[in-house]
Amino acid sequence: MKVKQILALVLALVMCFALASCGEKKPTDTPSDTPDVTEDAPQGDVSFEKEGVIKLGGIGPITGDLAQYGVAVQLGAELAVAEINAAGGINGYEVAFKMEDDTGAADIAVNAYNALKDWGMQTLVGTVTSTPCVAVSAEAVNDNMLLLTPSGSSIDAISAGDTCFRVCFSDDNQGIVAADYIADKGLATKVGVIFNSSDSYSTGIKDNLVAEAAKKGLEIVATEAFTNDNATDFSAQLNNVKDAGAELVFLSMYYTPASLLLKQAKDMGYAPIFFGPDGMDGILGMENFDTSLAEGLRYLTPFLENATDDATVKFVESFKAKYPDRASYLNQFAADAYDAIYALKAAYELADVTPETSVSDAGNLLKDALTKVSVDGVTGTAMVWSADGEPQKQPRVAIINNGVVEAA
Amino acid sequence: MKFLSQLISGISLGSIYALIALGYTMVYGIAKMLNFAHGDVIMVGAFVVYTACVKGGMNPVLGVLLAIVFCTVLGVCIERLAYKPLRQAASLAVLITAIGVSYLLQNLALLIFKSDTKQFSSVVMIKPVTVAGLTVSGEIIATIIVSVVIMVALTLFVNKTKPGKAMRAVSEDKGAAQLMGINVNGIISLTFAIGSALAAIAGALMCSTYPALSPYTGAMPGIKAFVAAVFGGIGSIPGAMVGGVLLGVIENLSKGYISSQLSDAIVFAVLILVLLIKPTGIMGKKMTEKV
Repeated sequence: MKVKQILALVLALVMCFALASCGEKKPTDTPSDTPDVTEDAPQGDVSFEKEGVIKLGGIGPITGDLAQYGVAVQLGAELAVAEINAAGGINGYEVAFKMEDDTGAADIAVNAYNALKDWGMQTLVGTVTSTPCVAVSAEAVNDNMLLLTPSGSSIDAISAGDTCFRVCFSDDNQGIVAADYIADKGLATKVGVIFNSSDSYSTGIKDNLVAEAAKKGLEIVATEAFTNDNATDFSAQLNNVKDAGAELVFLSMYYTPASLLLKQAKDMGYAPIFFGPDGMDGILGMENFDTSLAEGLRYLTPFLENATDDATVKFVESFKAKYPDRASYLNQFAADAYDAIYALKAAYELADVTPETSVSDAGNLLKDALTKVSVDGVTGTAMVWSADGEPQKQPRVAIINNGVVEAA
Repeated sequence: MKFLSQLISGISLGSIYALIALGYTMVYGIAKMLNFAHGDVIMVGAFVVYTACVKGGMNPVLGVLLAIVFCTVLGVCIERLAYKPLRQAASLAVLITAIGVSYLLQNLALLIFKSDTKQFSSVVMIKPVTVAGLTVSGEIIATIIVSVVIMVALTLFVNKTKPGKAMRAVSEDKGAAQLMGINVNGIISLTFAIGSALAAIAGALMCSTYPALSPYTGAMPGIKAFVAAVFGGIGSIPGAMVGGVLLGVIENLSKGYISSQLSDAIVFAVLILVLLIKPTGIMGKKMTEKV
């Protein structure tokens, strides 16, 4: 009997390891309905002054839980590339953009990076999410390749070296700005935080929020965690924040667990103010999601579809014209990617980089150029970069009202 | 109040573990094998309900019935094709086959449904109940009732009916049962059919309570339920129930009162403790017949 129990235990352990590896998702092909714009661009009679193609690579989750982000980045980047090509390209050269799928996993992202290098990528626009970006940025620094992530916001996503930059704000900024916003607007004084402890994005924002809250006189009444392995049942965490008297619950996570959490909060009759980072963007686009659950949810975003400034209006119009059936991907990730391509265009033009420039030389030239340009983009005007790769711009706050995202 | 509400969500989570653990424990008790594909049959059941009800607009009750039929057929097919040829082989070979079937089901689901998480619509039509400021959702009530009913029905089936008697006989001694004229292969198929039907119900209830469905949905609950089955004494039907509910309650209370980060570590530490003190699991010894 004892032998059998020991055997059972050993087998259980074997099984844990076996199944732990199933959590890693396998790469699948880009969905066939994703339009590959770069192949049919340039359209019509556009002729380029010079021979050669500037090759920009992209890496992000085109499939999987985070596909909303990856596909949005792909569409936003391809839109910008098509516009640039229609206007004569960069420095007279045609621009090609190729997106590889990483399903949000670091190991697959590194494979995607190597595949893109074989293709001849000169500069990387990616990766879309933070965790793979940490792995890929180390590779990019080894190759001295310029890496401009549209949306990888964790601190270490671009800390590998001085050729790494980002378009979005960092987690530091998100946690700090969220705490400032809550305190300045007087939304709440008692704040509960629920975060994913197995994810650097969630943990980074939470750490900075908690630190800034202390300075601003906000009381963090409960800090509750979950992991990827038990990201379905949030009743214990919700009970704890409810019991601690939180008036506002900060959801430091992506939208997939948040959609479950919001349902469970409703089921238990708990309705505080929910506030989240930019990872909430896309929650309304989830298939079969009851949008009433997200009513009143606030989150940080650099892009609002119904903002009225010229850059946003133009971007929204051309996005909808180009992708009439894919309006749900018109989110900040598309905007970040769109701005990333235009920021690269500005840097390429300032540094006069050509397709013949080697990856390493291009990296050196572009990293200097990027700190000197100022880009008026969709996600902010007069965006400038410091040498450590961080952009300077303030995030905005969105609120979901009647199923529509509005400026809060 | 907080304790009560943590306890209720723990019991609800535990009832789902218990439903899954019943499948593990039945198959182990009778076929003496660990069917690690069981968690993935749950996922398949949930996808059938999703396709029928959410995509096809079918009545939830009919959708669940369809899932039960589908999973029963699937379970019997898996047993016939993957496990039956290995009946005389070493138990390790069957175990590896079960892991293979688990991957097969996951990857088939990946091919058909892609890996993005689907939002599941609840099949439970019970309204939430509020008692003294404590709201209990319809899904929780349904899960608890369904698992208790199934446990009682299974116990009665095993102890009072002829096929149940045959099951107990096969579990005691396969060879002797065969000599007594019992169709051992038929009984093992029946066991897989029952286990898979339970998996379909567990899948529908689990995804109604936690409405996110992906090809990996069954993996973690499958492991936890296996733990619950060992915890309660694998092979014992009441043991699976007790083990499942205890596991859910321990998990939720440690999330609520100790640390939400350490809850899984605490659950598994308790398992190790129980097995050190009582290696047969909580109810393992009391049950002389292993069904």
